[in-house]
Amino acid sequence: MARRSHVQTTINGETVEFLCEPRQSLLEVLRDELHLTGAKEGCNNGNCGACSVILDGRLVNACLVLGVETEGKSVETIEGLAEPDKLHPIQDAFLENAALQCGICTPGFIMSAKALLDENPNPTEHEVRYWLAGNLCRCTGYDKIVRAVLDAASAE
Amino acid sequence: MLENKEYKVIGTRPIRHDGVDKVTGRALYGADFQAAGLLHGRVLRSPHAHARIISIDTSRAEALPGVKGVVTAKDLPDPGDKIADLGEGAVNLKHLCDNILASDKVLYKGHAVAAVAATNPHIAEEACTLIDVEYEVLPPVLEVRQAMEPDAPLLHEHLRTTSLGETADEPSNVASHIQHKLGDPEKGFAEADVIIEREFVTGTVHQGYIEPHNATAHYNQDGQLTIWCSTQGAFTVREQVAEILQYPISKIKVVPMEIGGGFGGKISVYIKPVAALLAKKTGKPVKVLMNRADVFEGTGPTPASFIRVKMGATKEGKITAAEAYLAFEAGAYPGSPVGPGAMCIFAPYSIENVIIDGYDVVVNKPKTAPYRAPGAPNAAFGSETVVDEIAEKLGIDPLEIRLLNGAKEGDRRADGPVHPRIGCIETVEAAKAHPHYTAPNGKKHHGRGVASGYWFNIGLESSVTINVNSDGTINLIEGSTDIGGTRASIAMQAAEVLGISAESVNPSVVDTESVGYTAVTGGSRTTYATGYAAYEAAQDVKRQMIARAAKLWEVEEANVQFADGEFSSINGKEEQISFRDLCARLGETGGPIVGSGTVNPGGAGGAYATHVVDVAVDEETGKVDILRYTAVQDAGKAIHPSYVEGQIQGGAVQGIGWALNEEYIYNAEGEMTNASFLDYRMPTCLDLPMIDAVIVEVPNPGHPYGVRGVGEVPIVPPMAAIANAIYDAIGVRMTELPMSPDRLLKAMGKI
Amino acid sequence: MRDFSYIAATTIPEAVALLDEKGESARILAGGTDLIVQVREARRDVDWMIDIKSIPEVNVLDYNADSGLTLGAAVECYKIYADDAICDAYPSLIDATTIIGGTAIQGRAGVGGNLCNASPAADGIPPLIVLNATCVIAGPNGEREVPAEDFCTAPGQTVLEKGEMLVSMKIPAPASNSSSYYLRFIPRNEMDIAVVGAGASVTLDAAKQTIVSARIALAAVAPTPLFAEAASARLAGREVSDEAIDAAAEAAQAIARPISDMRGTAEQRTHLVGVLTRRALNGAIQRVRDAT
Ligand SMILES: Cc1cc2nc3c(=O)[nH]c(=O)nc-3n(C[C@H](O)[C@H](O)[C@H](O)COP(=O)(O)OP(=O)(O)OC[C@H]3O[C@@H](n4cnc5c(N)ncnc54)[C@H](O)[C@@H]3O)c2cc1C
Ligand code: FES
Ligand code: FES
Repeated sequence: MARRSHVQTTINGETVEFLCEPRQSLLEVLRDELHLTGAKEGCNNGNCGACSVILDGRLVNACLVLGVETEGKSVETIEGLAEPDKLHPIQDAFLENAALQCGICTPGFIMSAKALLDENPNPTEHEVRYWLAGNLCRCTGYDKIVRAVLDAASAE
Repeated sequence: MLENKEYKVIGTRPIRHDGVDKVTGRALYGADFQAAGLLHGRVLRSPHAHARIISIDTSRAEALPGVKGVVTAKDLPDPGDKIADLGEGAVNLKHLCDNILASDKVLYKGHAVAAVAATNPHIAEEACTLIDVEYEVLPPVLEVRQAMEPDAPLLHEHLRTTSLGETADEPSNVASHIQHKLGDPEKGFAEADVIIEREFVTGTVHQGYIEPHNATAHYNQDGQLTIWCSTQGAFTVREQVAEILQYPISKIKVVPMEIGGGFGGKISVYIKPVAALLAKKTGKPVKVLMNRADVFEGTGPTPASFIRVKMGATKEGKITAAEAYLAFEAGAYPGSPVGPGAMCIFAPYSIENVIIDGYDVVVNKPKTAPYRAPGAPNAAFGSETVVDEIAEKLGIDPLEIRLLNGAKEGDRRADGPVHPRIGCIETVEAAKAHPHYTAPNGKKHHGRGVASGYWFNIGLESSVTINVNSDGTINLIEGSTDIGGTRASIAMQAAEVLGISAESVNPSVVDTESVGYTAVTGGSRTTYATGYAAYEAAQDVKRQMIARAAKLWEVEEANVQFADGEFSSINGKEEQISFRDLCARLGETGGPIVGSGTVNPGGAGGAYATHVVDVAVDEETGKVDILRYTAVQDAGKAIHPSYVEGQIQGGAVQGIGWALNEEYIYNAEGEMTNASFLDYRMPTCLDLPMIDAVIVEVPNPGHPYGVRGVGEVPIVPPMAAIANAIYDAIGVRMTELPMSPDRLLKAMGKI
Repeated sequence: MRDFSYIAATTIPEAVALLDEKGESARILAGGTDLIVQVREARRDVDWMIDIKSIPEVNVLDYNADSGLTLGAAVECYKIYADDAICDAYPSLIDATTIIGGTAIQGRAGVGGNLCNASPAADGIPPLIVLNATCVIAGPNGEREVPAEDFCTAPGQTVLEKGEMLVSMKIPAPASNSSSYYLRFIPRNEMDIAVVGAGASVTLDAAKQTIVSARIALAAVAPTPLFAEAASARLAGREVSDEAIDAAAEAAQAIARPISDMRGTAEQRTHLVGVLTRRALNGAIQRVRDAT
């Protein structure tokens, strides 16, 4: 077995150190080593977006990043989004628009939407749909999710 | 359309109670379960679609460092020829056990044959590759008509067709034949001026929930087994595991974690008994997770089918007779949803003469599982396309013909039951009046289609307990796992009874030791039946509170009334106290109040939907784009309209996926070649417009607030509606699902 | 997932030396969107993953109107389409980089990885071919260059020899009155692998009526992405017309050798080659004409 490597990274603004095998993905590290289970595994091959996190400011699938690759980088996950006493506007918009049913896709969609609005604060419906196409939701038919993101954009 | 005169809470849109947990990533789903010393389990699956197992040698796997235990079918108790009763019908226990871990034969690619527990998931996975299984490969049977041929290879040497009560002598892949008959079909067809008969083929499709199956199990030294998992029904997991392991239900506790979608696919157990076997063998908690390919190949999809529909109508558009032949693939073991398909197929119409034959046929594919209105979408694809063709032949508007023949109260379904008050015609009327239907639709290669659908809905048992808090709130304990906002819709019904806000209810979904028996979240029953139980529990609280007020005021209970959240004394004394203030005085009036409600209601009340869709067809590539979509549905009473709309939108979009691209693609060896989200092609948000969900409310007389289940019927109309729209666009009738680009190119004669 | 070791190389010689030493058991890790999936699904046996993302040369993204574009092998898609000058100069490259996977995939995946993965259906390769890209390869014996159309040799196989790696792709500056276009057919609108892909570049005369030269490339219709040389040659010197374009589309169809698989049938693919070649050519011509 390859030796576990020591990795130091920043997660949601905090410096974090962990040990991991090279074959462990960032998703496994977050979930199994750091117990940050907000990012979900839906496919483990980049097709569903349930594991979406932001790595050095860029939206990525945590299942397609190796834990060891995050040395010296900065990771944002769903757990870091809300303030202690206040939800992020995208989170509020998801609740108000009933944009979740089972909720398994929700952390991924919210992180993906955050990356979108950080880059394009006023997206059109088509831009929202294009950006979110890598996030699968099987419950909602996307209608309320798209509305929530558009609402969050106008609220911000 | 929505009126809310009579209610304070029902019909409003509060934030769901579990919402904050779910948008912050704090909600714990099955795979999120962690425990000290946890082992990780993986399942070895058959590479063959049909083979006899000659031998299994696990020694190399057991020798791998980090491996703590390996199990095979030998670790399961011998099922004998017992028939298991799982509440929803009798099941052959050997079939049930063999689907968990194959004993003598593997019957589909992906069939579980062994499982490993190890200190990490990668080791468990590697160990699976070290298990040596010797197979004698047999020819697979991959299609229902092929499986029905007399000389088809047999999956089960002992399976004999039961047909209308009789069991045949010769073995067959046809497990059963059912028939429903109404009136005199021959006479009905003789009266028809136009008769259309068509054949349809539908593909195997998966529910496609985003969360894979998961289970963690642990045995205590005293034999107490605990299973943490995602499931649509903790109690049904308990029952199935008890049957399979032949273990008393009282020694099994099932803890339902949050669940990431099910749509019917998380009722049957797969890895839960496996986790239990591994936990028993290792003495440690073991978490077993499926990956996405496991989910596609190793869990139940909804079946492919072959359908023939014949309908006749008079010149005026009156449907005089209908006939259907439904042959459904059950997968590896009997139990396809052909029964419900036969119950639903002509249910949107009032037809006097009907005959329906249904066949349940085993093939070398995963054992099918329910998927949203199981059986009805396949059937409706056939019948609703034929109705469209009749309307076209007669020059009648397709919604008009549905109005003309629409099912109504007092009509008899072909399988027997007489409709109570239903909203079939109301959904058609609302679709007809909708601006979508009246909007122009003239562009080249654009088309509009409509279709209706029916699902009968179910009742079954539910239990709810309410604990009253001293601050005027209540804790509501329920056993229905919340897949789409049912904590809210159930809590709101209790709130309505007690005159408190939705936010004053704290709903919790608890384990099998903490609430009374509750059937699955499925069959569109949860808001209906568990909501009904919540209503009853709240009534119980109300009755007890009235007694407390009476005691406080020293009056007869009959002299206390409750309205708008206030108790008051009538007939004499002028006393008044709010629900909240009385809650604060429970201690002094006799102690805490616990209310309970249990139901097994019979009046689920069927649900109807009518959908309108506009498509654009690219004639050069065969690609169909959905331009506009309107889904009208009778919800009886929409408790939380946002989540009713959500069900309608989600169901319609699953139907769009089924219509256009989703299917299991098999090679000649019976291997699924597209077992990933990349190639299974479920709709992404870029493939869709907004889905306009229109709620019609025709109250269900079988529920105190008129609720009808809403979860399933929205998936019934889309396939036929889209087929009809494609016909409108390019003049080609599509009779095979999915209507994928290559099939369209073929149908148009381009390739 | 099988066990492997991870090394983050910081220089080309370091990466080359490691590749040379470890041979078949080593693979380069760029964005990982192919490699990680393949190793996880046991489709590739790798004992060493050599991460090149800290090597400066593979991160170069340099465009100059005279000398053209140097595109480092590890530059992620999103960086390419964020650059307006590159969008203007090489629209077919943008067509491709904006459809590879979804947003999250484009945050990691690059054209270099797309090329080295050598999938017949790779969206990034036809644009490289029609844009006349050259692949710059470093190896134990120094650097060499290979035209993009010669880079892939079979599904998953390339001209890279033991110890060699792709450093960058060089694309010449666009000629005046030229443009390019790439499109693919997929049953969905995103997150799907090309059933067929077609790219075209055209240079028109000053009046924008006559085709001076054209290049057509196809994906998913042969073991490797194809340069449709004969089809391209047919267009040189011809007036823009439906007949000329149809003739090129037919010539492109003639070289397609598609298979049937879960993504599409052979007949469907052959048919689509015609449709998409026409659309790609018309798209590129339209872009030339739309430019002011
Ligand atoms: C969900 C999903 C969707 C996708 N959609 C598409 C799509 O629409 N179209 C498409 O074309 N592809 C698609 N892909 C495939 C993949 O994303 C692309 O091929 C991508 O461009 C690969 O780039 P990468 O940087 O991630 O490569 P990597 O995975 O890092 O590498 C790919 C291969 O090339 C080798 N390699 C990489 N760089 C070098 C180098 N410099 N020298 C030598 N060898 C090297 C690697 O060893 C590996 O074998 C998809 C993948 C996923 C997971
Ligand atoms: S789990 Fe990473 S994309 Fe699906
Ligand atoms: S809410 Fe269930 S998958 Fe999106």
